[in-house]
Amino acid sequence: MRGRPNLYISYESESQLMPTLTKKIALSLFLLVLVLMPFDLPVIDQIPFVRFLGDNVWLRLVNRTLCFAIAALGLNILMGLAGQISIGHTFFGGVGAYTAVLVGGKSSANLWGWGLPMWVWLPAAGVVAALVGIAVAPAAVRVRGLYLGIVTLGLVFIGLHLSRVFPEIAGPGGLGRKWPRLEFRLWKEEDPLVDFSRDGHWFWFDINKNQKTYLFLLAIVIVMAWAAANLARSRTGRALQAIRDRDIAAEIMGVPEYRYKTTAFAISSFYAGIGGAVFASFSGQIPPEQWSLIGAVNFVAALLIGGMGRVSGVLMGSFFVITSHRFVEEIVDWMKHQAEDGGLFSGIFDFFVSTGQGDGGFVSVMETALGYPLPVSALDEIIFGLLIIFFLLFEPLGLYGMWIKVRNYWKGWPFSY
Amino acid sequence: MDIFPVLLAANGLDTFVQTLIKALALGSLYALLALGFVLIYKATQTVNFAQGALALAGTWLLSMIFMDWEIPGRLIGGPGWIHWIIALVLASAATGVIGLVIERLTIRPMIGEPIFSMAVITLGLEVVIRVVAFDAVNTTPRVLGIPWGTETFQIGGAMVAWSYIAAIAMAAVAFMATWRFFKTRTGVAMRATAFDQEAALAQGISVGRIFAIAWAAGAALAAISGIFASMPPWGPAGMASRDGAFFAFRALPAVILGGLDSAIGALAGGLIIGFAEVFAGQYLASYTGVLGAGYQQVVPYVVMLIGLLVRPYGMFGTEEVRRV
Repeated sequence: MRGRPNLYISYESESQLMPTLTKKIALSLFLLVLVLMPFDLPVIDQIPFVRFLGDNVWLRLVNRTLCFAIAALGLNILMGLAGQISIGHTFFGGVGAYTAVLVGGKSSANLWGWGLPMWVWLPAAGVVAALVGIAVAPAAVRVRGLYLGIVTLGLVFIGLHLSRVFPEIAGPGGLGRKWPRLEFRLWKEEDPLVDFSRDGHWFWFDINKNQKTYLFLLAIVIVMAWAAANLARSRTGRALQAIRDRDIAAEIMGVPEYRYKTTAFAISSFYAGIGGAVFASFSGQIPPEQWSLIGAVNFVAALLIGGMGRVSGVLMGSFFVITSHRFVEEIVDWMKHQAEDGGLFSGIFDFFVSTGQGDGGFVSVMETALGYPLPVSALDEIIFGLLIIFFLLFEPLGLYGMWIKVRNYWKGWPFSY
Repeated sequence: MDIFPVLLAANGLDTFVQTLIKALALGSLYALLALGFVLIYKATQTVNFAQGALALAGTWLLSMIFMDWEIPGRLIGGPGWIHWIIALVLASAATGVIGLVIERLTIRPMIGEPIFSMAVITLGLEVVIRVVAFDAVNTTPRVLGIPWGTETFQIGGAMVAWSYIAAIAMAAVAFMATWRFFKTRTGVAMRATAFDQEAALAQGISVGRIFAIAWAAGAALAAISGIFASMPPWGPAGMASRDGAFFAFRALPAVILGGLDSAIGALAGGLIIGFAEVFAGQYLASYTGVLGAGYQQVVPYVVMLIGLLVRPYGMFGTEEVRRV
């Protein structure tokens, strides 16, 4: 039976995560590149994207992507596997973050914090968020479809209000408070055992804080993504998919709907809690308003752009959602330079870019400018919104679907039609 | 942003009357917004999350039409308030055209796709329209030139703003018009489409046209409610400002409580939420220390959650028929 990749003789072999040797090798190479990406190594630095993503400024953005991806993986379990619409994922992220700061933060005159080490606050963030998810589930299981979406939307507003009621935990509105750093201690000793948030020296190499944070977050994401991929092919995962596809039929076949929906809420909230805690800790200080509706829309967008129900799709979507703004800025900047230097395309780019007052153009590169030549910050939001619409209209399976199309083209080449 | 400062009238009865009218006015406003959601949901089974952004666009259009371009003033003479009403009609019509374009470009190709995909498309639209409208509003609020401004009158000892009366009257007109509309041929066709799209198609109803009408009407209603929501006691002194884009989200509890596909539900839900919010804001004010500042803005969501636990499809919503 060897060497026949599409022949499956058991359920186990069909649902394998890595069915073929090619896939194993490709994934190992990909992971190796990911681990080595932030360092200045000769071969790795020639690969497109990797060439600049390892730079310090971009690496911070990549780190944000990783934090975001943890929570997005959770939403994928709820929406992609169980089919329950949630526009309130940031609420659970916020629950995780504030648990983290309560358990791990420093206390002062008007702030609460117990100052415990990371191995306490990070799991605590996930567990408390999961418990809140279980507490919300009875209300959420009763309603379905868009009603559920709007109920979860309500959670976001209730959460924002709670952050105003408890300034001892959330810090002053608009400012927030300091989160515990990403550093590993045994207990409350002075010097951390491993410090992910300061420049340092590991083994024989100098390593800066962004690279350290990157490696730490990457490890979490790999573990969480692996767990999520495995969940999808476990008993629980099959039950959730059955509920998604036809809930009454699932129940008739003996899948307890209520229990599994509660499980889905708990797991997805656990992911969100971990993601929120890591994101807050990585950012240092964030205001309560960060956990708002716009963030929740970003999660939904990441799922739809990446491809719902697929771990790899979710990771691609997260990368896309977080970095697209930066890419738009870079492109506009590049167009501006082209227009200024003069060249083959300078006439076309000059049409788009307005460099100052009086100069015609579609985008203004002056950061303060508002009004008709759109500021870049407005342009990238518009492009982001248009992309959501574009993907839903033309590629419902998202980036994952595009990848499948490309792969199938080359799989069948030269007979691809 | 506390838009409901606690009233301090001379005696209990005046306070009550004043609160009652205020609640009625806010309820009407929520009902207006909810009606826009319901019309679009009835036809296309989509919650249009872009209603708030459309409301802001409509408010901006009114400001441009009335204050900057002075279109009504150039066409006819007469007193200023007639100009303003003409501008109101023009602005809502223009927003309706935006709704038509949106429907044709993004909603029509999605017929038959999962409802959630359509809802997320409107989330994308919300981002686009909101950013463009923000940029147009240009951080400095734009004056709307509302004829009655901040004027008030007295009933007994109770102070009542004219905007309250205007909002109540506008909601009454809108709901009467909707009620009449559902009796017309097109209205019946819309109800048939809401019930079963394929059956409606088989009866010779142009479902696409129904979609277009619903979106145009929904967008126009969004504009009108956005304009009334930016009147003195609610909005920042009768101007178009960025907050207008988020007001519609506060009406979502009303839509859900009443039922997504029921116009009566929109009215009932809007009034209940409005009453709950205003009365909680007035009579629980002494517990602000416990409940936290601005607690009245969370009241709608709490009422919605309790309502949904009792009736998962809202008070007047049609229960989804689930088949194996």
